[in-house]
Amino acid sequence: MANIMYWEAIRRAHDEEMERDPLVICMGEDIGVAGGTYKATKGLYEKYGAERVIDTPISENGYTGLGIGASFLGVRPIIEIMSVNFAWLAMDQLFNSAAKVRYMSGGQLAAPVVVRSPGGTAHQLGAQHSARMEKVFMGIAGLRVVTPSNPRQAYGLLKSAVRCNDPVFINEHELMYNMKGEVPDEEYFHPLEGSEVVREGRDVTLFGYNISVHWCLQAAETLSKQYGIEAEVVDLYALAPLDRAGIAASVRKTHRAVIAEEDEAPVGVGAEVMAIINEECFFDLDAQPVRVTAVNVPMPYNHTLEKAAIPSAGDVVAAVRKMFGK
Amino acid sequence: MQRDLARQFLYDIELARRFEQAAAEQYAQGNIAGFLHLYPGEEAVAVGTLRAADVGDYVVSTYREHVHALVRGIPAGAVMAELFGRSGGCSGGYGGSMHLFDRERRFLGGYAIVGETFPVATGVAYWLRMNEASDVALCYFGDGAVNQGTFHESLNMAALWKLPVLFICENNHYQIGTEIHRHSALAEVYQRACAYGIDSRRVDGMDVLAVYEETREALHYVRDGHGPCLLECETYRYRGHSMADAGAYRSALEVAELRARDPLLTFTQRALEAGWVTQEEADEMGARAGREVEAAVAFAEQSPPPTQLDKDVYVRPLDLYRGDA
Ligand SMILES: Cc1ncc(C[n+]2csc(CCOP(=O)(O)OP(=O)(O)O)c2C)c(N)n1
Ligand SMILES: [Mg+2]
Repeated sequence: MANIMYWEAIRRAHDEEMERDPLVICMGEDIGVAGGTYKATKGLYEKYGAERVIDTPISENGYTGLGIGASFLGVRPIIEIMSVNFAWLAMDQLFNSAAKVRYMSGGQLAAPVVVRSPGGTAHQLGAQHSARMEKVFMGIAGLRVVTPSNPRQAYGLLKSAVRCNDPVFINEHELMYNMKGEVPDEEYFHPLEGSEVVREGRDVTLFGYNISVHWCLQAAETLSKQYGIEAEVVDLYALAPLDRAGIAASVRKTHRAVIAEEDEAPVGVGAEVMAIINEECFFDLDAQPVRVTAVNVPMPYNHTLEKAAIPSAGDVVAAVRKMFGK
Repeated sequence: MQRDLARQFLYDIELARRFEQAAAEQYAQGNIAGFLHLYPGEEAVAVGTLRAADVGDYVVSTYREHVHALVRGIPAGAVMAELFGRSGGCSGGYGGSMHLFDRERRFLGGYAIVGETFPVATGVAYWLRMNEASDVALCYFGDGAVNQGTFHESLNMAALWKLPVLFICENNHYQIGTEIHRHSALAEVYQRACAYGIDSRRVDGMDVLAVYEETREALHYVRDGHGPCLLECETYRYRGHSMADAGAYRSALEVAELRARDPLLTFTQRALEAGWVTQEEADEMGARAGREVEAAVAFAEQSPPPTQLDKDVYVRPLDLYRGDA
């Protein structure tokens, strides 16, 4: 096991897959000569050359579509979109081409393309650079969405995504690239579906994904130490498809659910998890499920207001305390 | 060349240079956060174009827009307070460095999505035409932005409907770390305009007088109802792309060569030679600009932060829709 950073884990997955298969290429703005905004492709330009490590113009819809077209015939592109805020511009190609081509061609074509992009609120990046967009991607049939919460997942999910014959969107987080964690020394493929119980507990399930897994873990510690509440934490690293069986299994055990997400509430992960609970195990519930979400506003620049807009571990604790009347 | 205009240019450039220096210092002290894109080296573009424009013309700019805002007449204090995220900022502290707005001064924004200014400015021009106004929409963008689809889509519409928009390219030869020959098949941005039959010209963007003269001509042409025009200003930024970028992809020699053509240096020289200012006057201008920037920082420091999170999300406060109003 090596203790490495999230960006290093992503870099390693790129490197191994590119070394194995000459048809794996990567592309994006400033990923080559400059080594990538988040260093996720550092050194690859020097190693694999300009044909396989492509510095693109600022043409998100264009180069995403180019990658998709190339993937129809066998190229395996890993596309970095510098921030999900710019992925809005590539929606047409992702949704209209990549997600639908297998279906509408009657199974003749597929788009085995990986798109990686960080979302989330970082430090005062303002209204147009703070989007959390997983809710948009996860609602489109034909597109897989995964979101790593640690370096092991970041490495293993990218490895699996490159080998997968469906288009996969990997939702990363601006604030997590320097997070450290254990990654196996041997090759590791993280499943693209399912969920992980990262803390066992009997009283309530805290569902999180990506950065909110960490709020849930922190909240679970506080709840255990200060309130005697043992929370189970479930990491929903796969957002599309969501793990119906895993979500239901945990709620059947704890009978209570809190979903923590950095996104605003409407049409989000929390709404979807609640619907699944409703459909799968409504009569197992002892309390109504609760969502901990961002306030439904565009992100303000001012520091204090920004903090007020997004949830934290403290908000998860508060939600659980309210549920238990403690 | 009018003496008064020359002195105005000189003061504008001094103010711009000092304002951005102060912004960098305030960022280092933690009073400004987020992405901060500075303008040193490019001053002649904003000063030359905006001094040639009428106060009635509209401005649509990018995230590198502090100087456009200053030359447009937004008080330096209101710009600095916005960078601080304070209520005295020109966007009330909600926008930040990349989103400066001042509707009254017809400054319709700083936009942080590359390529966003093209259709927005073209829409403003459409409104101007519907109102039979003689004003023009000024659309700023970088060399990297011309590879967005919106560039081509907007140029086509503007030409098709003969809209009064002046497209102003601030060609500093870099799209963050990617040099123009590595991002564009055609590095001469102005030549792209001919695909849409749009009149276009290229000017030395380090020479404020040249920028001013070219802009005046271009604006006459647009105001006369000929449709859009595109002006490419060749310039350079001395600093990294933003405070997060050290600019390691450029050689010290390259930066030094461009610094030798510095708009502040060269225009001061020219103004002295032409007798538009004396050395003492030039020094006094610099000192005055310095005081204006100091006052701006002081204003920002004492301006209170905004307090209401859900202001201006919709036409009325959110509370009315929560049913508890
Ligand atoms: C759609 C979109 N893609 C990517 C970015 C990230 N980004 C911000 S500025 C920039 C480079 C822009 O270069 P250019 O247009 O030449 O303007 P300059 O910053 O040099 O003035 C990039 C890639 C963005 N803001 N928006
Ligand atoms: Mg540029």
